[in-house]
Amino acid sequence: MSTLLRLATAGSVDDGKSTLVGRLLYDSKSVLADQMDAVRRVSEDKGLGHVDLALLTDGLRAEREQGITIDVAYRYFATPRRTFILADCPGHVQYTRNTVTGSSTADVLVLLVDVRKGVLEQTRRHLSVGRLLRVPHVILAVNKIDLVDYSADAYEAVAEQARALASGLGVDLHTIPVSALAGDNIVERSERTPWYAGPSLLELLETLSPEDVADADFRFPVQLTIRPQAAASGFEEYRGYAGRISSGRVAVGDEVVALPSGRRTRVVGIDLFGEELPDAVAPLSVTLRLADELDLARGEVLASGTPVEPTQDLDGTVAWLGMRPLRAGARVLLKHGTKTVQAMVRGVHGRLDLDTLTPVAAAALELNDIGRVELRLASPIAAEEYASSRTGGSFLLIDPQTGENLAAGMIRATNVDAFAAGDQLDWVI
Amino acid sequence: MPPTTTQAAPAASALDQLTLLEAEGIHIIREIVAELERPVLLFSGGKDSVVMLHLARKAFWPGPIPFPVLHVDTGHNFAEVLAYRDAVVAELGLRLIVARVQDYIDDGRLLERPDGTRNPLQTVPLLDAIVDGRFDAVFGGGRRDEEKARAKERVVSLRDEFGQWDPRNQRPELWSLYNPRHRPGEHVRVFPLSNWTELDVWRYIERERIALPELYYAHERDVFRRDGMWLAASELLPLRPGETVERRVVRYRTVGDISCTGAVESDAASVGDVIAEVAAVRITERGATRADDRLTEAAMEDRKKEGYF
Repeated sequence: MSTLLRLATAGSVDDGKSTLVGRLLYDSKSVLADQMDAVRRVSEDKGLGHVDLALLTDGLRAEREQGITIDVAYRYFATPRRTFILADCPGHVQYTRNTVTGSSTADVLVLLVDVRKGVLEQTRRHLSVGRLLRVPHVILAVNKIDLVDYSADAYEAVAEQARALASGLGVDLHTIPVSALAGDNIVERSERTPWYAGPSLLELLETLSPEDVADADFRFPVQLTIRPQAAASGFEEYRGYAGRISSGRVAVGDEVVALPSGRRTRVVGIDLFGEELPDAVAPLSVTLRLADELDLARGEVLASGTPVEPTQDLDGTVAWLGMRPLRAGARVLLKHGTKTVQAMVRGVHGRLDLDTLTPVAAAALELNDIGRVELRLASPIAAEEYASSRTGGSFLLIDPQTGENLAAGMIRATNVDAFAAGDQLDWVI
Repeated sequence: MPPTTTQAAPAASALDQLTLLEAEGIHIIREIVAELERPVLLFSGGKDSVVMLHLARKAFWPGPIPFPVLHVDTGHNFAEVLAYRDAVVAELGLRLIVARVQDYIDDGRLLERPDGTRNPLQTVPLLDAIVDGRFDAVFGGGRRDEEKARAKERVVSLRDEFGQWDPRNQRPELWSLYNPRHRPGEHVRVFPLSNWTELDVWRYIERERIALPELYYAHERDVFRRDGMWLAASELLPLRPGETVERRVVRYRTVGDISCTGAVESDAASVGDVIAEVAAVRITERGATRADDRLTEAAMEDRKKEGYF
């Protein structure tokens, strides 16, 4: 049996991220002979003199032509213990959009810095995004250690700088000296860094725990109702609610409440393709049968544990992804779990300067801004704070006309009391 | 009904990757059915489409699969795969739509290529079938590990009114909040197996005891060598000078058009054998068996942009 870990990688231009990803794939033997032949051929054609592992990850014609990475790419590799899904987030074009996207599903964020350059503004931004998105683990790979003669002092100076920054943000940071090009401390611990006693990057990735979404209150956003109704199927009376347990666990016999309606009932069956389960945990997809005929619609959330008070007012942090600026008064759609409601932007209360991590007054949010918004919803949702639940606290803002994703949103509070304080708004992420 | 056992379900972090991939795939299929009007599932009888169909059965049990299936028939398919396709469709009571490349060639809408391969010709019949059926969501079995251009693909991927994919202008996909909204005339392609690898697919086939067309397993076949691949002896593929037909024990890693799908020499006769073989093999399934993907480095990207699977 093998467990699953999702990671995202981010870094600045020329810090060797594509090489690192290529190295992880190559050294974990996830690159097959024909892929490697192609990379060798292209490396020779370009007269590089070495096999450029970065070529393994450039997927699109424009990327190869321009030598840049355009969009988030997904890679897969595995060790006997673990399967990895890697979201490779390019550093320069639309870095906020890409890092937010990759971080939203990640258990681990791997950041790269060049040991010769140290912590840059972009490192600071990536760390902030990792914190904002509540990625459980962050690893700083201090790269190109071969270019400073494997100097412990050079590594320690950068690591110390990064640790100071991370502790200010409340991020638990792991640091590793690596050379993606030479392979030091990527899969095997390197003999050329005897002063480093920690694990290799892959060892660390094999042992970090993914976020345990089962270890939380039970939440089950209803996706759809299953009512076969067909005569003589044996299931004429069947009525089940299909969905994915977004957090916690549920057992047959549990009392649950449907939100936002507030109706209470009991789980009498947990079905998965003809199999009756005694209990189930997040993030499994199951179908629940209930004791009472509540006639639940898509978008209701079945819940137990800490009560949730449905709300129509949200205090949220958004990463703005729309081409046109967001201003107060905008009408959008908000998708939270399986529920989509109309929403009005009551106010834009500034943005976060990611370089200095300080709030800046702003009446509008531009592409790639991280900002604070006050939202009023047309009907209540079972909202939770993002800091306590990545599934219950995340939302999308959608353009009602084009259907485009306008923003990645994180709920700070399920009320808008903070805005009464005016300039004293708390911005700690 | 009382619980049959008092043993607690395991922690989520202890769930194995197949269970997690299955849960994700079912979630994706249900989201699309809940949010859109007219989905269709691409079903060729190939292993990925078979696994996708299995997820769809699980997603809606005990109800039926609430959408039809679509097959783009190149006219050069393996007979045993078509027989398998028809048997599955009959068993599950599905509605099957077949878009035939042959019809397009017969009436002149498409021209046979000099090299005889018909895979690139599937795009036009596919797009026409989507328009004719007024489908707004098309489930495909594509996996991101298959090919470099596919690695950039979204789970829910927008296609414009010409069916085109614009890889430079894709929607960011955040958390598990899939957004299939689109304007009239556009549609979305949906890939529930995005995060699966070839090995995951085979391990899942073993775990769920899913039946496949027999040619996925080792069998004797008349084949000949061309471009480093074993192609099936067939009247569709006239021999060139120097080529000779031999009888060998082979199996197929992918199932596609006879003219461009190669077999590999293998004695893997069971799903367990195949898993051992795939785990040890050092060449990708497309590199080994798909002549059409060898044409250029961007062959798949170019086909995808035009609206291919």
